[in-house]
Amino acid sequence: MTKATAAIVGSGNIGTDLMYKLLRSDLIEPRWMIGVDPDSPGLKRADAHGLTTSADGVDWLLAQDERPDIVFEATSAYVHKVNAPKYEALGIQAVDLTPAALGPAVVPAVNLGAHLDAPNVSLITCGGQATIPMVHAVSRVTEVAYAEIVASVASPSAGPGTRANIDEFTKTTSRGIETIGGAARGKAIIILNPAEPPMLMQDTVFCAIPEDADRDAIAASIADVAATVASYVPGYRLRAEPQFDDPTPVSGGLARVAVFLEVEGAGDFLPPYSGNLDIMTAAATKVGEGFAQRIVSERVPS
Amino acid sequence: MPYSADLDIRVTDSSLRDGSHAKQHQFTVEHVRSIVGALDDAGVPVIEVTHGDGLGGSSFNYGFSHTPEQELIKTAVKTAKRAKIAFLMLPGLGVQDDIREAAGNGASVCRIATHCTEADISVQHFGLARDLGLETVGFLMMAHSQPPEVLAKQARIMADAGCQCVYVVDSAGALIMEQTGDRISALVAELGADAQVGFHGHENLGLGVANSVLAVRAGALQIDGSTRRFGAGAGNTPVEGFAAVAEKLGIRTGIDTLKIIDAAEDVVRPVMDGECLLDRLSLTMGYAGVYSSFLKHADRQARKYGVSGAEILIEAGRRKLVGGQEDQLIEIAVALAGKREQA
Repeated sequence: MTKATAAIVGSGNIGTDLMYKLLRSDLIEPRWMIGVDPDSPGLKRADAHGLTTSADGVDWLLAQDERPDIVFEATSAYVHKVNAPKYEALGIQAVDLTPAALGPAVVPAVNLGAHLDAPNVSLITCGGQATIPMVHAVSRVTEVAYAEIVASVASPSAGPGTRANIDEFTKTTSRGIETIGGAARGKAIIILNPAEPPMLMQDTVFCAIPEDADRDAIAASIADVAATVASYVPGYRLRAEPQFDDPTPVSGGLARVAVFLEVEGAGDFLPPYSGNLDIMTAAATKVGEGFAQRIVSERVPS
Repeated sequence: MPYSADLDIRVTDSSLRDGSHAKQHQFTVEHVRSIVGALDDAGVPVIEVTHGDGLGGSSFNYGFSHTPEQELIKTAVKTAKRAKIAFLMLPGLGVQDDIREAAGNGASVCRIATHCTEADISVQHFGLARDLGLETVGFLMMAHSQPPEVLAKQARIMADAGCQCVYVVDSAGALIMEQTGDRISALVAELGADAQVGFHGHENLGLGVANSVLAVRAGALQIDGSTRRFGAGAGNTPVEGFAAVAEKLGIRTGIDTLKIIDAAEDVVRPVMDGECLLDRLSLTMGYAGVYSSFLKHADRQARKYGVSGAEILIEAGRRKLVGGQEDQLIEIAVALAGKREQA
């Protein structure tokens, strides 16, 4: 047995897309999918791929004789807050794809190795996964007093949970820009665009930099980190060279660099324009594999 | 049914909010004091004061404010003797704490704006505003881009969330006469007694006053304008012009026409960096259906990258950008500059 076992909790679009990614993993065996609606198409798909499914929720999963090593939570912040203590009590590591932000935040390109033994890690938000690596790319070269991100997302890929609580997105992402990205102060903006055909996820990252910062070194660092993210999110790319601006009154007297990103989804289950959702499931897979490596290596041979 | 016993409709002046775009967000306490004083004296019943992109708009993407908007709101509240002070907020940009702070500073009308297909992101904000005892207004932005029946459904979402007046917002200044009236009629039919309907016009096709009159005839009870057109794009419906037309049509606005004409010339104009004109770029916005606030940004990027501002705006229209996507204008300018180098 060389794989860690996993349960996906939440049988919606994200859970389903995540299942397809985990089915390809060399380190994780997705064995359960848990929902709350027996008619959920996600549960039917999971069933067809040989997963054990249940519409009886997390309590059913945790009452089984055999329990997963890892749980991926793709429900809502509210539900995850209820479930998280139950996972922890049973020693199941949780990868949280909701904006609950209970555990330490992880962005694989920045701090994947930092929390491999944490009971619960948060993937922040889709906008955070896309943009925080770029803030980090700049802040490892020079001081970033302020960073601001603008995430533009196709309307059909923003689900009811995001819509009902959009402040959670901006607050959780802003905090991640600071704690993981390394900016002294962070701000996040999200825009939903209903254009047809749907636009790909596009993100812009503005970082305040000192006027005399080494612009070539910043540009090189951005390209380097973008390549790292693309290694686990193949559709992640820079749409233009980083653009530098000298201070003006409208820029608050700050010099800045602007980074323009696009995230095309892999199309595992969700359509390619949903790069915002793909980057979450891809990051979850990457983090889960980090957990799995540690779990498998610590197993006592039987 | 009139707006009240004294007014057939209620006018909100947006010079100190939409005008923030034209001023590139450099308003000072003195500007606010002088404009609020003059508008209040002329009988303008509601005056909106915020960063052009609403609470929390001070940013790289939209331009940093010279003076924090909450300071400007406090000044406006202190200055106004009769007028209510309103503020704007866009969910996804501002947050609920910003609403609490503005309410704490004495503003009493909370105006919440979404793109006209995305009303459901405003539900929690309307709920909070009502809990705080604020009067609520909803903005369906870029209203030209959707047919009346779609707008009516979105208006219903806002009304059910606690919005007391839903505005058809012609952010691109692209609506033409009956297109305005049809949209207002659809909202009036949908909302009935549940909420009022309003209209916010821009001058990018030169129709701000005319569209507003059609809106009133179709049942709108609230109308936005900006004195001296002080706003984004070619500017907003001029309050002084609308007040004069309304008076001649027997529509009671409560605004003293001669006083607001003086205020426009003597008080508002001196604060403006320049007149809001129906020039090449702003006419292009109305023609191509582009968000009016993109004007100054497109102009700035065109100069920086040596490309055509009109081409930037037309590409923005082709990409169907919505309000808030100012960042994309930079990328468009970079791409246009790249194409020119290849040619």
